[in-house]
Amino acid sequence: MSLLEIENLQITFGGLDALSNLDFAIEEGEIVSVIGPNGAGKTTFFNAISGMIPPTSGEIIFDGESVLGLDPNQITEMGIARTFQNVRLFPNMTVLENVMVSQHCRTSQLVVGALFQTKAFKKEEKEIRERAEEILSFFGTRLVGYRLDQPAFALSYANRRRLEIARAMATQPRLLLLDEPVAGMNPIETAELTALIGRLRDEWGFTIVIIEHDMKVVRDVSDRVVVLDHGVPIAQGSYDDVSTNPDVIEAYLGRPVEAKR
Amino acid sequence: MSEILKKKFKKRVSGVDRFLTFIRVLMATLIVVGVLAFIAQQVWPENPFTEWRNPDARGLTGDQFKGLIVSGLSQGAMYGLIALGYSMVYGVLGFINFAHGEVFMVGTMSGWITSEKLHDAGLWESNFILSLFVIIFVAIATSTVTAVITERIAYRPLRNSPRLIPLITSIGVSFFIQNAALGLFGPTSKGYPRLPEWLSKQRSILTVEIAGTKILVMVVAAVSMAGLWYLVERTQTGRAMRAVAEDKEIASLMGINVNRTIVITFGVGGAMAGVGGILWGLLFRSVTHMTGFLPGIKAFTAAVVGGIGNMGGAMAGGVFLGSAESIAPMVILEPLGVPGVSQLKDAVAFTVLVLVLLFKPSGLFGERLSQEDRA
Repeated sequence: MSLLEIENLQITFGGLDALSNLDFAIEEGEIVSVIGPNGAGKTTFFNAISGMIPPTSGEIIFDGESVLGLDPNQITEMGIARTFQNVRLFPNMTVLENVMVSQHCRTSQLVVGALFQTKAFKKEEKEIRERAEEILSFFGTRLVGYRLDQPAFALSYANRRRLEIARAMATQPRLLLLDEPVAGMNPIETAELTALIGRLRDEWGFTIVIIEHDMKVVRDVSDRVVVLDHGVPIAQGSYDDVSTNPDVIEAYLGRPVEAKR
Repeated sequence: MSEILKKKFKKRVSGVDRFLTFIRVLMATLIVVGVLAFIAQQVWPENPFTEWRNPDARGLTGDQFKGLIVSGLSQGAMYGLIALGYSMVYGVLGFINFAHGEVFMVGTMSGWITSEKLHDAGLWESNFILSLFVIIFVAIATSTVTAVITERIAYRPLRNSPRLIPLITSIGVSFFIQNAALGLFGPTSKGYPRLPEWLSKQRSILTVEIAGTKILVMVVAAVSMAGLWYLVERTQTGRAMRAVAEDKEIASLMGINVNRTIVITFGVGGAMAGVGGILWGLLFRSVTHMTGFLPGIKAFTAAVVGGIGNMGGAMAGGVFLGSAESIAPMVILEPLGVPGVSQLKDAVAFTVLVLVLLFKPSGLFGERLSQEDRA
């Protein structure tokens, strides 16, 4: 059984089909890239899976259960986490708090426990903190030490992107949706993050779906590539297959004009 | 060219700006002159200004001055407790819950009912500490439940409507609770039973004469605020509340149950109002269905003064407002020769609001609002 199955998914805004006839499955442990020109419906696809937009028709099945009609927090609890194309952290909370609060659906403490300072409360609070520090240490020396207590708005752009991934990791997902994780990063940072994406699967066991425009990254990380254009999947397969597919080239570059005489 | 520049510059300073500057200068001058006149009157009672404005001034003795500060602080502590509720709800939902003053009144009222019963049963006299815990518990429970029910039936259905709509609804809820209390308990003023002598007697601490009740009020308020600070800053629940305040959509995507967090926010705010209600009952020992009105508005003022949405600011704003309305009439208004200053507490409180809005509209400790567009 696939981890995520999408059956005939369709999303319509007004008269516009943002996504139509989307039909595919993601196996556990895969890294799948979703590519396509601007406006192809990639982010809409993520929004539908994470419960931000209800699909017009079709079915999304995660781990054997439908996620349609669930609140975003319930979907996160089932094990789907995501990052955003335009970074959306909790800017006035510290780096550590951003990661700690994202473990909310995996913790059970109540106000009463905090009020009476029960042992269970203290233990859990300690675990939350340690887990957050462990997750942040995954990014090497980028998000450690004094940075932990800095508010998120004080971070550099690349660090905000890293923190967003850390926050998604903190929800302890099985499926991680990364929306343009290297957008706006310089080549060195991009190479660093590309390596991290592979480690996310190998060391943390996440299945990853990634939207990316940087074809080098797509080539390096993905087991499989899905190409969307105008909300319709036009090709899928390995990077080499897809990159030579004439439909894909046409979607990106346009149809070659016949030479004028 | 200079002509055009002049024209442009002229346009930029509008009549409203000029008027506001005039008011600012006027207010600042009044305060400075008032304080100077007060100092002059204390140091040299026969100075010409005092002779002119306030001929029968006797000045304040040190003890009177300390008394003003103490009563200002204890009053302010209660404003702070209520203001927290306004500020927290504003932080999370972005509207002013005007029914919060009524939540406070419900706390005072339930405290009165319980204390009457305890008084009849004799526990009030024989074991005051226990009965105090009982009435605080009952008031917290009642206020919390009231706040949570209000959220459930009045505000949640309006979650996605423009913010003006829940605001107006909250005024309606406020009238509803007020009139429900009027219908249930009648319009007469209800008195809390007498406090035991050992609590209410005057004590002298570090040369300050202070009634025991006021000490109790300040201690309980400080403990509650510390507890709330701990809850919000150091627990997972509090972090969830802050996350929801910053961005509800993202909070939900990070696995936070937004509805439950909002309910907790209302509940915690209600609990603080309940504590404030009991302290009010102990300090003034009387309650009517209108008890929540003025303290509610003043606490709202305190929240704005401190910078709305900011919890530390709400506490500080409460203490500042309480002190100001206690001290300013004697220190600024009396030396200026304003008649009947002791009646002007409320006017002073709202003047403080006007002043803060004139000089620092974001409040004393106000920060920029979160990135989210609050319009």
